[in-house]
Amino acid sequence: MSFLDIRNLKTYFTTKGGTVKAVDDISLQIEKGDALGLAGESGCGKTTTALTIMHLLPSNAIVLSGKIRFGDVDLLTIGEEKLRKDFRWKRMSMVFQGAMNALNPVFKVGEQITQAILTHEEITKESAWERVEELFSLVGINPARAKEYPHEFSGGMKQRAIIAMSLACDPELVIADEPVTALDVIVQAQILELMRSLRDKLGLSMIMITHDLSVIADTCNKAAIMYAGKIVERADSVTIFKQPEHPYTQGLIANFPSISGEMKPFEPISGSPPNLISPPSGCRFHPRCPYAMGICENKEPEIIELKRGHFVSCHLKRH
Amino acid sequence: MPPEETLVTVRDLKKWFPVRTGILEDLFSKEKKYVKAVDGVNFQIKRREIYGLAGESGCGKTTTGRVILRLLEPTSGEVYLGKQEVFSLTKRELNEFRKRAQIIFQDPYESLDPRMNIFDFIAEPLIVHNIGDEEKLVANALKTVELTPPEEFYYRFPHELSGGQRQRVAVARAMILNPEFIVADEPVSMLDVSIRSSILKLMFKLRDELGISYLYITHDLATARQVCDKTAIMYLGKFVEEATTEELLRNPTHPYTQALITAVPVPDPTGRKSKVAISGEVPSPVDLPPGCRFRTRCPYAMEICRKEEPELVKVGIDHLVSCHLVKE
Repeated sequence: MSFLDIRNLKTYFTTKGGTVKAVDDISLQIEKGDALGLAGESGCGKTTTALTIMHLLPSNAIVLSGKIRFGDVDLLTIGEEKLRKDFRWKRMSMVFQGAMNALNPVFKVGEQITQAILTHEEITKESAWERVEELFSLVGINPARAKEYPHEFSGGMKQRAIIAMSLACDPELVIADEPVTALDVIVQAQILELMRSLRDKLGLSMIMITHDLSVIADTCNKAAIMYAGKIVERADSVTIFKQPEHPYTQGLIANFPSISGEMKPFEPISGSPPNLISPPSGCRFHPRCPYAMGICENKEPEIIELKRGHFVSCHLKRH
Repeated sequence: MPPEETLVTVRDLKKWFPVRTGILEDLFSKEKKYVKAVDGVNFQIKRREIYGLAGESGCGKTTTGRVILRLLEPTSGEVYLGKQEVFSLTKRELNEFRKRAQIIFQDPYESLDPRMNIFDFIAEPLIVHNIGDEEKLVANALKTVELTPPEEFYYRFPHELSGGQRQRVAVARAMILNPEFIVADEPVSMLDVSIRSSILKLMFKLRDELGISYLYITHDLATARQVCDKTAIMYLGKFVEEATTEELLRNPTHPYTQALITAVPVPDPTGRKSKVAISGEVPSPVDLPPGCRFRTRCPYAMEICRKEEPELVKVGIDHLVSCHLVKE
């Protein structure tokens, strides 16, 4: 059995304009120690997937169906109380997008982390502070600086502190939502290096949510590509980058600029991502797909396992 | 006078922002403090060239772009567009200059007026410059940026468009006066990957068909590689290296350029991993230390780096570097 096993998950939002099918029947498996990159364009449902796992959806969201098995429980049915007490923060935690800018300016950075620890564990304030200092050395900040305020930290240090906070209660799974997006390239490299080393050192399992394919290539051993609420392709990273089978994955990779290697000519994907209140019929990618056939408009392709661990949802791949 | 084929010449450009510290210090301190956002920058852009300006946030790349267009007044220096010196223009002449030089901003979610429909937004420069013939020119501009049929977009508002469509509208407005030169300030960094290359392709088309030159400001060297003929790397208000983009990426000579390049992750899981070659982050641009600005982070810093600021020297054809480690 997988470490984290998501089956047929559907998360919709009710809005004034109609029901937004943000996550629409996705399945994913993660093994212990895996780093899974969840990639896709804005609005494709990456963050909603993460928030569903963490049980942190806003009140207008409905989880219509699906199972999220984590260890021997289904996170969707154990109930908020148990999830809060035993799972969130302790067994799984999240690094939110832009969280480094959400540190409270009037509290010391270390104090904010002790708050997270004290909420979840019955230990003294002193030992919580000790833990903070350990965490700071783990993420490469001088522990003495735990007593400083957020404005005394640089951007990279704030992001390190946020990562330290996510590790505060020693979780098994960390979900990081765009952890390097707003950072400059050198700081970005520092954070990516930190995430790689944490995964090795602590045996963490990770989900990295990003729109930047090179971040996935840099840190993840598995990748899933999302488009308009669906996972269109997933496999180990090497397969995704070297033998992408879905036309959308192919388009993304062909258009992704690289600083080295062969220069690729531009082959833009035409059109833009659909709105998820009334997504296209059949295959959601068909209006933009260069290979669209009659069937693509009428019938939604099933996700099939092309070879072991390589899943694709495309009519072209039907045997 | 700059040579004929050169479109933009920038000479010793400086833009210092005074730092307000407080009234007491204003009254009693001897020295005024400045953020030297741009501190002596020289370069030229040829006709039909896409010139990249790259660096981390706060290095002065956006300020450089804005001062060149006189959206900010310079502290000192000269900028020529063709034969015309930009900083000595009178108000009326500046108005004429605006027809020749335009800008595309980073964020199409912020740069479009939410209460103006697309027609009015694109036509506004025509009205400001009293050109007339709006119907035809706006239709043409929309066709050029591939928003067709144009009539379908006239009465839409920005919130009805996608990010890519918005940036096309911004490009249409920038090109409607038929400029020779456009400053493109991170024009694709807010857009999704699948949209980016179509906007870049559009910029190439305008260069090829209308002969537009660009100053392309970016923090992303991988995109610079796709787009820019030449690229300069900026650090704390100065150029540290300038070369053709291929040469710069293949043969980076300044330790900062080298560190930037190795830090960029590669979209290939079997390729090299991103590497941290220098420690720390960009220091505060107020009260820069004497000597080389990069020395506080440079792994090779020597005694001389503390005392003397290195000059840009030529190390190859079209390749300039400012570092004490390299000799002409």
